[in-house]
Amino acid sequence: MVKFSEEQMTEFKRLVARYPEGKQKSALLPVLHLAQDSFGGWLSAETMDYVAELLQITPIEVYEVATFYSMYNLKPVGKYMFEVCQTGPCMLRGSDDIIAYIGEKLGIKPGETTADGMFTLKTVECLGACGYAPMMQLGKHYREHLTKEKVDAIIDECRKTAASLN
Amino acid sequence: MSKKLLLEKAHVEGIRYFDVYRREGGYRSVEKALKEMSPEAIVEEVKKSGLRGRGGAGFPAGMKWSFIAKPEGVPRHLVCNADESEPGTFKDRYLMEFIPHLLIEGLIVSSFALGSNDTYIYIRGEYAWIVDILEQAITEAKNNGFLGKNILGSGFDCDIHVQRGAGAYICGEETALIESLEGKRGNPRIKPPFPAVKGVWDRPTVVNNVETLAAVVPIINMGGDEYAKIGVGRSTGTKLISACGNINKPGVYEIDMTISVEEFIYSDEYCGGIPNGKKLKACIPGGSSVPILPANLLLKTAKGETRYMNYESLADGGFASGSMMGSGGFIVLDEDQCVVRHTLSLARFYRHESCGQCSPCREGTGWMEKILKNIEYGNGKMSDIDLLWDIQRKIEGNTICPLGDAAAWPVAAAIRHFRDEFEWHVLNPEESQERNYGLAHYADPIHVPVG
Repeated sequence: MVKFSEEQMTEFKRLVARYPEGKQKSALLPVLHLAQDSFGGWLSAETMDYVAELLQITPIEVYEVATFYSMYNLKPVGKYMFEVCQTGPCMLRGSDDIIAYIGEKLGIKPGETTADGMFTLKTVECLGACGYAPMMQLGKHYREHLTKEKVDAIIDECRKTAASLN
Repeated sequence: MSKKLLLEKAHVEGIRYFDVYRREGGYRSVEKALKEMSPEAIVEEVKKSGLRGRGGAGFPAGMKWSFIAKPEGVPRHLVCNADESEPGTFKDRYLMEFIPHLLIEGLIVSSFALGSNDTYIYIRGEYAWIVDILEQAITEAKNNGFLGKNILGSGFDCDIHVQRGAGAYICGEETALIESLEGKRGNPRIKPPFPAVKGVWDRPTVVNNVETLAAVVPIINMGGDEYAKIGVGRSTGTKLISACGNINKPGVYEIDMTISVEEFIYSDEYCGGIPNGKKLKACIPGGSSVPILPANLLLKTAKGETRYMNYESLADGGFASGSMMGSGGFIVLDEDQCVVRHTLSLARFYRHESCGQCSPCREGTGWMEKILKNIEYGNGKMSDIDLLWDIQRKIEGNTICPLGDAAAWPVAAAIRHFRDEFEWHVLNPEESQERNYGLAHYADPIHVPVG
């Protein structure tokens, strides 16, 4: 069963308090981010129903938002998600090669997750880092000026971090 | 050397923190505005400054402010549009990341002018780390008496809240942003009613871009008339340009709108020229939505005059031979780039980002992507080029919000100026898979059809 911890609940209340009384639905986007971060990196139907209940709105109001915005994952994703930008300015600086290289190196296509559940490769549209292209988002941060060597280093770094957490 | 009003202090060590920012003269405009000025006087200064919206549309900011309705007993809201998503644009990110207090300062003064006690920053979801930077700056401002109750004893209360989006270009459109702020899908609203009358939670709302609100700080400090002296004509003040693509020095530059496009691209103070001695092929000067221009029309207008980096000069010639200042996202293509491929990439972007409300945009963006894909990958027909032209014309002007136009214009301009490159792809399906077309044989700007 999904349920926010005490700490997550405090954050939930902080988010809702920013809006006028009775307008708690406004907190839906930030609350879905919190839920996704709290419950395994994606939004299951159970998680979305839970959010609906907390915000006192109907489940459909949550589903329609979760399916609209590209940052919400509606199926499980790898521990590390490489979101590589493929829009014009990044393309001019070689993002196609970077995407192909990551795919080859991990043995997956964009949209897929490695069998060990470690990595997901996702192509995304412009993330506002055009001057530092090619780039990807990894968790909360951007990795910019990507080269094949940098990609190798990032993959190693993820594997090491994962091993140290186990 | 261009005059800097926004980024002058951006590289002072520790400027991200309140103490350093304050020591460098920060928050003076709040003191001046709240102690010496009335809200109406602030609106008047902004009007006098000639400041135009820096998000892309270029609408006069002071005029937008003066439209806000003031019904008795109904709260009003200022919303800062930090949903920067136009490909090629990364200036707001830079400002928020390096000098966040400038935005907070501008927001406090603007909130006072508009009577907003609860002001929201709607920031694109991917800028997750910047949310922390902004919230830190807000907390510091609050701890130092510049936010919260009775700011500087003026009787004015103000809080600023940061709301993260979740990945939708469309939420940069102000009514879609308002929908999103209310916890809904980012479907733009039909106007009227305009947000100034009925915005977030049906309350009067003003939505302004990050850079616009930051520019309020120098306007209050120096006065609207002084600010208006910088720049040229109706392009007053300074503008942040985010330069990217095939240039030696990509990055964010603050310009005073009197420099030429040629100087901006080739001088070492700005882009530093094209890498590896390549030639300039084309440029999209104001974010991916604005028309692409071939090198000859970029550097000089159709009349043969020097083109400058300002609203009027970039638009000189209309869409037949000019472009737009837009958001200031400056994308440079060198001679090795393929215009068809680049246009396909942008078409895919707009298809991905269409909210799906209006059929011309929902269907049209998908068709354009498919046709461009066929042409790019050697399966195109000559009639496809006219079909593309026809589709983009049927999208333009036929949608609730400007995303339709934004999707149509790049395709239209690519065909208008680079039709020979499209034809070459169709006639040489195999060769076009092996190599790119190279420098274009530019169309005569005087005789191009205007759609």
